[in-house]
Amino acid sequence: MFDSPSKLALGLFTGIVFGFLLQKGRVAKFKVIVGQFLFKDWTVVKMMGTAVVVGAVGVYALVAADMASLHIRPALFGGVLLGAVCFGVGMAILGYCPGTSVAGCGEGRRDAMVGVLGMFAGAALYVALYEQLAPAVKSLGDWGQITLPEVTRTSPWLWVTLLVAGGGAALLYDRWERRKTSAFSPSLPERARAQHSAALSFSKESQRVYDPRNGPDRRHCRAVISNRRR
Amino acid sequence: MANPLTMKSWSPYVAGAGIGLLSWFAFASADHPIGVTTAFENSAALVEKAAVPEVEQTNDYFAKKKAEGKPPRIDWEWMLVIGVFIGAILGSTLSGDRGSAVVPPLWRWRFGDSVFKRLVVAFVAGALMMFGARLAQGCTSGHGISWTLQLAVSSWIFIIVAFGVGTATVWAIYGKEGAQHV
Repeated sequence: MFDSPSKLALGLFTGIVFGFLLQKGRVAKFKVIVGQFLFKDWTVVKMMGTAVVVGAVGVYALVAADMASLHIRPALFGGVLLGAVCFGVGMAILGYCPGTSVAGCGEGRRDAMVGVLGMFAGAALYVALYEQLAPAVKSLGDWGQITLPEVTRTSPWLWVTLLVAGGGAALLYDRWERRKTSAFSPSLPERARAQHSAALSFSKESQRVYDPRNGPDRRHCRAVISNRRR
Repeated sequence: MANPLTMKSWSPYVAGAGIGLLSWFAFASADHPIGVTTAFENSAALVEKAAVPEVEQTNDYFAKKKAEGKPPRIDWEWMLVIGVFIGAILGSTLSGDRGSAVVPPLWRWRFGDSVFKRLVVAFVAGALMMFGARLAQGCTSGHGISWTLQLAVSSWIFIIVAFGVGTATVWAIYGKEGAQHV
């Protein structure tokens, strides 16, 4: 019924970091997920792409060093195709995917909370219909646990290299398009707020400087005089 | 530079690279890819078993999963889902980026501001999404990240089809004009 406590603790820790990253990456938001599908906001693709590229390098290195093993699900094509269609429609309407629904709950989003209840109902339906579904799905084709390197009989490192090269090219293109991105670039509302508070403090400062009740402001006078001299 | 923990958002590249590194950690520490939806299936199965005990005999699911060595249980992944919830609370509380709004602006523009309508549709869509994820044996985290990075054929097919269908659905619902309201 339960994994060992240390494994449960590891899972919890991994989950907390995962949820934190999803939240900071802004993908636990309806507008970001739907914005991706509308090609207005590329956050989801950028984030998933980076995760896959970085992850592939490390995981294949771990496997090569015999420190981990691959975990591939069998390619049941009927299940994958039908599932992907249901999944795509559901995700597009809900505006969250399963992981980001849970993260959206953590962010306090009510529609994500109801979405998670729905997800639970969907899982229950799957379990209840499993007897009928499993053989039907299997009859549509089971290609086993296959990976791209196995199918093409090439080295996995060829694929990892391709991923890194593709990711690097996409990153360069993105940089070239928007020069001023920094590693932790603030979002647009944050930039607007910063500008607003800067403007506010500037206007407060000038009110203070020009208010006759405060008398002459030394620093300001000095600045004005030095400007005149120039 | 401002404190990254209290920032509302990180660059998607930084957050994505973090998830990539986290998957190394998950493989190295627990020998487990990061996924979310299997835990939902396990919970649903456990609840069904608790509510209707004879289901264990009548529904083939339980015998099959036992034979596969994967009976429904509270496992690493189950705790991961709890962790995602806690992590998102932490992240959003530190930056104050919390939202209780039920109806997103784009939805309101298209369907009006009925809370009831949004929640009913969210429930049905959530159910459909999870049903699809279990049919395909994975979601955006499982197939989309954890198995694509292992170069699994099924996952690349899943994510391309799922995002293709998602794109078509969103364009069918909101159209070109919707893109102006995101």
